[in-house]
Amino acid sequence: MIAKRIIPCLDVKDGKVVKGVNFVGLRELGDPVNMAKRYSEQGADEIVFLDISATNEARQTIVDMVERTAKNIHVPFTVGGGVRSIEDVNRLLQAGADKVGINSAAVHSPDLVKEASHRFGNQCIVVAIDAKKFDDGWHVMTHGGRKDAGIDAIEWAKKVESLGAGEILLTSVDADGVKTGFDIPLTQAIVDAVRIPVIASGGVGHPDHFTEVFQKTDVSAGLAASIFHEDTYTVKEVKDACIKKGVLVRET
Amino acid sequence: MIAIVDYGMGNVLSVRHAFEHLNQTVIVTDKPEELRKASHIILPGVGSFQAAMEEIHARNLYDLLIELAQTKPFLGICLGMQLLFTEGTEGKHTEGLDLIPGTIRKIKTDYILPHVGWNQLMISNQHKAFKQYEQAFVYFVHTYQAETDDKYIVAKSTYGEDITAIVRKDNIFGIQFHPEKSAKIGSSIIQTFLNEVTK
Repeated sequence: MIAKRIIPCLDVKDGKVVKGVNFVGLRELGDPVNMAKRYSEQGADEIVFLDISATNEARQTIVDMVERTAKNIHVPFTVGGGVRSIEDVNRLLQAGADKVGINSAAVHSPDLVKEASHRFGNQCIVVAIDAKKFDDGWHVMTHGGRKDAGIDAIEWAKKVESLGAGEILLTSVDADGVKTGFDIPLTQAIVDAVRIPVIASGGVGHPDHFTEVFQKTDVSAGLAASIFHEDTYTVKEVKDACIKKGVLVRET
Repeated sequence: MIAIVDYGMGNVLSVRHAFEHLNQTVIVTDKPEELRKASHIILPGVGSFQAAMEEIHARNLYDLLIELAQTKPFLGICLGMQLLFTEGTEGKHTEGLDLIPGTIRKIKTDYILPHVGWNQLMISNQHKAFKQYEQAFVYFVHTYQAETDDKYIVAKSTYGEDITAIVRKDNIFGIQFHPEKSAKIGSSIIQTFLNEVTK
């Protein structure tokens, strides 16, 4: 049977991995390719790079990073952040990315998801959904989780599936940075709404948070950033925790 | 020198890196004279069966690929593996290279499609060289799969039904998953292909 995937995420700014909340107090952690290589050696099933560079010049450095990653990392990797056009998608895929993540641009121009999946195949288009709980349900958020797009997240998940998204990267804005575990109700609600793989993100502070989301929901993968940085926990420790609880993961 | 067939169906960089990582010299080309000179032919590919066959015909590669498969070690990866078979049923029925008898059809499963992620291999007892990969995890991304005679199946996986993972007919190999994305195991499987065809 198919294994649950453990995915470390690297936030990249101006060619360096950074750590920090809400774009303030960013601290440089190192070279993204070296860090990705270390994670893949620890057993990461995939790697996600999120480019948070503010300028177009800096985005050019991401293409170099993608090329170096493709050469050195032998597991699939996704690149997202600031993807706004078919040309952006094409450039990242040509540089060697396996999948491209589309976030805010999908909300502003859904046709981008349709066109990109039609042209490059559903399997390489990941739509990132940032969701936050309101009285009437979960809303889609843009601008790094700060701005309410006024769209119901469950309806949006169904919509991006129909537009051709191959996967959904679901981040709970409420759980993000809190380190008390994944947002289980949100994750299950989105998983139930679609027939494409969902990657849960936001809230991980401990390896057991992965086993919890895999045991309580039918999510395909779990993603975390900070717990893997500076070796707070290794990918292997997360997998060992999963194996102990009977969750099927790829052993390396 | 190993030739990777460049016919416009997806990025071939990772496949190239995977062979270079094993100290092979690689050329990416669709030129007949270069393909004829190569020691091994690798047919990669991502996308639809129909579009891929149209590209192969448009580049006048159809007869050439069949000719090369008679004489050289030949490996199809992912969609490239599917093209080895008789026909594809994605969209309208399309004739494949027919190097191995079989049909490409949608995976019959209650699970979500595409079948994406790391799944385990079950190795046929007839293929000793691959027995070391029993239960190994490899990375799949596909919605269609090959239905073929058991005698060609080297490895299967399971996803609500059996999934054809590795096939072989003489010097022609096909790998449904992505060995170039399957970490050390994937690299080892490519090396085993190289070893098997140089015996």
